[in-house]
Amino acid sequence: MYIVLSMVGAILGGGMSFLIRLELMDPGLQLLHDQQFYNVLVTAHGFLMVFFVVMPAMIGGFGNWFVPLMIGAPDMAFPRMNNISFWLLAAAILLMVIAAFTQGGPGTGWFITTIFNMRAPGLTMHRMPLFVWAILVTAFLLLLAIPVLAGALTMLLTDRNFGTAFFKVAQGGDPILWQHLFWFFGHPEVYIIIIPAFGIISQVVSTFSKKPVFGYLGMAYAMVSIGFIGFIVWAHHMYTVGLNVDTRAYFIAATMVIAVPTGIKIFSWLATMWGGSIEFKTPMLFAIGFIWLFVMGGVTGVALANSGLDLAFHDTYFVVAHFHYVMAIAAVFGMFAAFYYWIGKMCGRQYSEVLGQIHFWLFFVGVNVLFFPQHFLGMAGMPRRIADYPDVYHGWNYISSIGSYITTGATLFFFFIVWRTFTAGEKAAANPWGEGATTLEWSVASPAPFHTHEDLPDMTGTQPAE
Amino acid sequence: MLKTMRFLAPAAALGGVFTARDALAGQGLPKPWQMWFQEPASPVMERIMEFHDLVFAIEVAIVLLVLGIMAYIVVRFNHKANPAPSKNTHNTLLEVIWTVIPIIILVVIAVPSFKLLYFADKIEKADMTLKVIGNQWFWSYTYPDQGDIQFDSIIVAAEDLKPGQPRLLTVDNKVVLPVDTNIRLLFTSNDVIHNWAVPAFGLKLDASPGRINESWVRITSEGDYFGMCSELCGVNHAFMPVHVQAVSKAKFAEWAAAQKKAAAGGRNDKFKVVQAEKPAR
Ligand SMILES: [Cu+2]
Repeated sequence: MYIVLSMVGAILGGGMSFLIRLELMDPGLQLLHDQQFYNVLVTAHGFLMVFFVVMPAMIGGFGNWFVPLMIGAPDMAFPRMNNISFWLLAAAILLMVIAAFTQGGPGTGWFITTIFNMRAPGLTMHRMPLFVWAILVTAFLLLLAIPVLAGALTMLLTDRNFGTAFFKVAQGGDPILWQHLFWFFGHPEVYIIIIPAFGIISQVVSTFSKKPVFGYLGMAYAMVSIGFIGFIVWAHHMYTVGLNVDTRAYFIAATMVIAVPTGIKIFSWLATMWGGSIEFKTPMLFAIGFIWLFVMGGVTGVALANSGLDLAFHDTYFVVAHFHYVMAIAAVFGMFAAFYYWIGKMCGRQYSEVLGQIHFWLFFVGVNVLFFPQHFLGMAGMPRRIADYPDVYHGWNYISSIGSYITTGATLFFFFIVWRTFTAGEKAAANPWGEGATTLEWSVASPAPFHTHEDLPDMTGTQPAE
Repeated sequence: MLKTMRFLAPAAALGGVFTARDALAGQGLPKPWQMWFQEPASPVMERIMEFHDLVFAIEVAIVLLVLGIMAYIVVRFNHKANPAPSKNTHNTLLEVIWTVIPIIILVVIAVPSFKLLYFADKIEKADMTLKVIGNQWFWSYTYPDQGDIQFDSIIVAAEDLKPGQPRLLTVDNKVVLPVDTNIRLLFTSNDVIHNWAVPAFGLKLDASPGRINESWVRITSEGDYFGMCSELCGVNHAFMPVHVQAVSKAKFAEWAAAQKKAAAGGRNDKFKVVQAEKPAR
């Protein structure tokens, strides 16, 4: 259900991004005659994609489904609460249209409970599949970050409606405070989005290389430390607000530290593949695509971490390219990898390998044509969030919009694949991936029955994680 | 390689698709198909570019390394080439290496980064000051050292442009500044947060209501320089450009004297702080 919801969100959010690129294809205002409407589109595209596509699919969808399966529990702890959170989210997607996004993340707290208390005996923390680790870290981040957002939003609402002055200068408030609060939530939020994808990629890479994950402990603790550092770097979004120079020096240092655990993850994935016997099935292609996008976005991230360079990059298309590579499109690749990897387990029917691979190549080419030229636009100085731009920026905008056509086409093709899978897909075996797929979910039939592990499977002594 | 990339403005064939207006290019303005920074016109921007060359070289090296490893893996470890997977999951030495080397690289980046940060921040001894005030949706400027000359700078609508003036970047009253002068810049705003940016100067700082931010610039060559508001500030955010004209010190003194005289004579309606009408479009 979360996944269906997230597809609806994707149609809306993706459609908006297509409109944005249509408008930006040529200089001058053509499609949208109103900059205000453009601003609304950009903001809504971001919120929809983050809160109603990636988060429900990753955490609500794949998380809810596979965390209990993978740790050998019958269902999530607090199933009722979990259900309510789905319907709250569905309601929120409607309210979203009038920008009343009050319900942020689906099921969070109970993931921690589930994972800590409902693991199969013998499945120690250090044997949990990395996807489970990823969801655990994510749940902690959500738990800590969402209250700050809720608090900041409350302050904003009372400012607007009840005459308080948290952020209003005329009455002694400070808009910079809003920025601090927003980014204190906002930065962990990017990790909330990407960390589940880390988990998925680890599972997929290991399965198709027919090898256990390389450096398992390093991987798990890299996620934990990325999650932790994520909370102390928020002001790197604010290098140009006029912060004290020493403060900026601190945030530069803290931000660059993130590159270390990130590097550990990338090299461990490569090392997992090294020496493997790799089958390049669709989920694996998306996983490799993910690594490419993540490395690209990662290195531009190292550049952006420097306040000095940010004088040139801040609020330009360079930033747009960076975060789409490192988190937005990378997360989408994670979702596609998860979809192709687990769809057989979820609906009992397998996707078509040929169609899946065509989808991968279309989508991969599309997003790179779409976002790579935006690095050039940013370096040349084109600001973000403008509906019309000086004519010198025409060329790369035109190319970028062509990329958006390809990406949109690839996404429509994906929906066709989903439809084909459900109507004409072959029956999926319990374990379609062979010897490489060793986690618990592959030990049960496809589709996975309700309340799969009524009796806790005994994991003592079996399947060492490394 | 880095140097040549900077001037790459290729795709002449594709370029033909676009209108003649695109050919418009001047100083302080990127060229069509530009893939790199604009020409630097201040010591800060020169240092930004120098530092970025270092960072960029590191970025390229990392990307090539990862691509190389991936290509090797695809060729060597696909299931046909290597039917029996190894079960190798550990190599402590390797893991230490890929933790330590990134740390070393980060230190290599951090040292020049901090130098640049402190260099770009403020100037101790300034020769003059320019106050920049953000408004929805135009900039106001004050010259406290030149007898408080002040004026608003409002975008020129597309249909009123003279040939050679770039669309969305041309204003009615441009900011005239002398070259080779250390200029202190003070930023604030009358309404919401704006951001005054000129890419060729490596300059970008918020103009925030209720606070004054400080930066500086030393312009190295005469010419016209353009920038745009770089913090979303409302409906006409895209239509409040920055246009700086850098002139010789002598010319600047002349200009300032003329402005002061005009203001004293009360004849200069043009430069009185006027309530700006809505910018065009
Ligand atoms: Cu503005």
